[in-house]
Amino acid sequence: MAFKQISSPHGHNPQNTGWIMQLVLLSTVPGFLALSYQFGWGSFINLIVAVVTSLTAETAILACRNRPIAFYLKDYSAVVTAVLLALALPPLVPWWVVVVGSLFSIVIAKQLYGGLGYNPFNPAMVGYVVLLISFPIEMTTWITPLSLLPDGVSHPGLWESMSIVFAGSAPVDGVTGATPLDIFKHSSGLVVDQIYQNEALFSQASFAGVGWEWVNVGFLIGGLILLKTGVFTWHGPLAMLGTLALMSILFWDGGSSESPGSPIMHLFSGASMMGAFFILTDPVSSAVSNRGRLIYGALIGLLVYVIRAWGNYPDAIAFAVLLANFAAPFIDNYTLPRTYGHTDRRKATEKQEEK
Amino acid sequence: MSRIWEIPGGVHPPENKQQSMTRSIGHLPLPATLVIPLHQHIGAPAKVAVTVGQTVLKGQKLTDASNLNNLPVHASSSGTVIAIDDKPVAHPSGLNALCVTIATDGKDQWIEHAGISDFRQCDPHNLLQMITEAGIAGMGGAGFPAAIKLSPSNDKPVDTFIINATECEPYITADDAAMQEKTQDLIQGIEIVGHILNNPSRVLVGIENNKPQAIVALRSHIKERSIEVVSFPTKYPSGGEKQLIYILTGREVPSGGLPSDLGMVCLNIGTLIAIKRAIIDGEPLISRITTVTGEACGVNRNYDVLIGTPISHLLAHNEFDERNCSRLIMGGPMMGFSLTSTEVPVVKTTNCILASSYSEIPSDLPAQACIRCGLCAEVCPASLLPQQLFWYAQAKDQERLEAHNLFDCIECGACSYVCPSNIPLVQHYRSSKGEIRKANIDKIDSDNARQRFEFRKLRLEQADEQRQVKREARRLATEQARATNSTVQSGSSAADIIAAAQQRAMTKQSTPEQQKAKFERALLAAQSRLEEAENRLTEATAHGTAEQQARCSASLESARQKVDQTQNRLKELSD
Repeated sequence: MAFKQISSPHGHNPQNTGWIMQLVLLSTVPGFLALSYQFGWGSFINLIVAVVTSLTAETAILACRNRPIAFYLKDYSAVVTAVLLALALPPLVPWWVVVVGSLFSIVIAKQLYGGLGYNPFNPAMVGYVVLLISFPIEMTTWITPLSLLPDGVSHPGLWESMSIVFAGSAPVDGVTGATPLDIFKHSSGLVVDQIYQNEALFSQASFAGVGWEWVNVGFLIGGLILLKTGVFTWHGPLAMLGTLALMSILFWDGGSSESPGSPIMHLFSGASMMGAFFILTDPVSSAVSNRGRLIYGALIGLLVYVIRAWGNYPDAIAFAVLLANFAAPFIDNYTLPRTYGHTDRRKATEKQEEK
Repeated sequence: MSRIWEIPGGVHPPENKQQSMTRSIGHLPLPATLVIPLHQHIGAPAKVAVTVGQTVLKGQKLTDASNLNNLPVHASSSGTVIAIDDKPVAHPSGLNALCVTIATDGKDQWIEHAGISDFRQCDPHNLLQMITEAGIAGMGGAGFPAAIKLSPSNDKPVDTFIINATECEPYITADDAAMQEKTQDLIQGIEIVGHILNNPSRVLVGIENNKPQAIVALRSHIKERSIEVVSFPTKYPSGGEKQLIYILTGREVPSGGLPSDLGMVCLNIGTLIAIKRAIIDGEPLISRITTVTGEACGVNRNYDVLIGTPISHLLAHNEFDERNCSRLIMGGPMMGFSLTSTEVPVVKTTNCILASSYSEIPSDLPAQACIRCGLCAEVCPASLLPQQLFWYAQAKDQERLEAHNLFDCIECGACSYVCPSNIPLVQHYRSSKGEIRKANIDKIDSDNARQRFEFRKLRLEQADEQRQVKREARRLATEQARATNSTVQSGSSAADIIAAAQQRAMTKQSTPEQQKAKFERALLAAQSRLEEAENRLTEATAHGTAEQQARCSASLESARQKVDQTQNRLKELSD
């Protein structure tokens, strides 16, 4: 009898890409729950619309590209992209915003570049930026966190939420409001202490900003789970959060009217934790080596702070990540690890090893 | 207790070692035929020294080795040589190779042999000669001739002798069993090598902590203080030579270099036992301990197997269930290679035969896209970036592959093992290495050709220049002569000059016989040229290009004309 000739190694550990993606999905649960608790049903509806759109788009493109559909859908990457986009979008945003964003993420940012593994940019963030630039009003209208709602007003229920999202009926007055980062963006002239006294978002907060602090804690917990399971290393997230904290310490300015906010406010507001653990850790579009990921993460932290403090947008994870995606191949060229038996690390661009 | 350095990366595949360690080392009945490949080591093959039909004794040399690079092989039992031909052998390429087939006579009769009682009185050089004569190649993996390892060519004295008892591959227990059952032989082997290496200051036995019984056996037998048994946590691939050296000494073998560059020598357990047998007992390497394991075998056990025993013989004595066998692997699951036939023989490097069941090692899943997750880089013991290597391997970007140190990949398979997308990474690296090696050879060839061409051009130019110089000198001399003549003979008339010239021509003219002989010689030469031209044309028509054909037919035509011309001259002369 003839046996098959197969190259070593024989055997494999049970982990596969689909499993990693499912782990990422599971780890978004704490963040998702926090979002839903603080801001109502909006995120849930976003999630459903985004997942359905993304899977449909993925299937259609795979069919056009003559690829085995079930095999590729089973890698769960389209679901991950959809979930991350959905969680980044403001709750109760009109349905077509979610659809446009999902389509752009899957069709343009992912499949047209060759599908999973070949996209130079983070698909969810491409979708997000397209929406932010095209539909600024829809994209910057946030719900007021649960504990700050006026008496007698509550978040819309599931059916009401659906009519807001799908039929375009207007939400009740007082349900929408500013985010902590919005407040700092638009309150020049006030010193930090005054802002903290005037704004309920801060005066009633536990440590950073009502509602937002818990959303960020949720994503932090999910991120730590992923870190523990070894889905990614600490290098990227730590470098990003560290740089963000460092920058906000450096420019804290004693809480003057010029101050862009405290380190705690920056770390636990907006999409800081989600960005650090779920967005910049996208392996496909990030730098590859550990040292590269340190630089990549630090670059994102730096850009996030620069745009938040001195740019036109209150938050900047998506812009920062996309800009760093551009830099990733360049970073890769100069951050090769030192290989066993070599005295020094090499550059990817060198023709001959320098002795 | 020595300090231990931890290698980066590494994986922990299921060990599966216990099933073959339930029984002691076994022996098999003599197989009817032994198939002994002539080339079982790294280096040049040796010349066959037997003929078909010849009777050979156990331990008789089948090949003649002329130096350290080509090791001899020996008959593992007595019998008759029935064939010397190409047979399937255990090689990753799956190609056939030259083997001597012996029909055993069942007597298992030894050739006359003798060892030396006191190796300490013996010159290390003679001991190395005996090791080479015994055909001892490294029995851990690559089959590097042991004597070469033991006589490093550079001047660096060996201060550290490392015994590789790691056996980090899952399933394999051949060294573990040998350490427990042949402890005395092993220690003697270590002592012999210590003597050859002029007693290096450190002798370290590196062993993973998953072999507690072997550790105890070794420690209780070692009396010399200088031999130290160092155990360290189990992790694949700690047993790679470079990895083990780092674990035990914290030093790295330079890229492209050898342990001897650090003043180190590393040998494995099987090799040391074989060295003991060669020196003390005078026995060549004709058997080795091999693990037969896997769920497709009813019995999992270590055997002392004769080199050349067909795998089918081994399997037949171990309740092998062919239908349940997903792959037949020589070596371990991480670095072993699959066999396509059970007829290949056991060779000097065969440490394990793994017949896995479908549930044990299922078929590989189709590869998905690389998502650059970096799990491969996390487990790489050489600190490479496997995901980048894969990317450039696909792009066939050889410069980038070399800049990413492709050739420092030890092909341990840890990256492929963890790859969540099931990409056969190692296979990509092997093929890229092959392509780069080939490209380098091609480059050397083309460089040589260019050099030859440039040298020829230079030579022709120089010859041309020299000719030019000579011509110029001649012209000057003629002019000078003419000037002298014209001054001397300025008085003589043109008629005088013509007469003188005719006179000179007359004296030069040869007799008609001489002329005839000259023409006949010319005719013969022209005919042979014609014949040659015809031959060349037939060849060119058969194999050559159109251009070559045209050139040949042109030269044929000119040769034919020359023959005609000469014949005509000859005819004129005889008329």
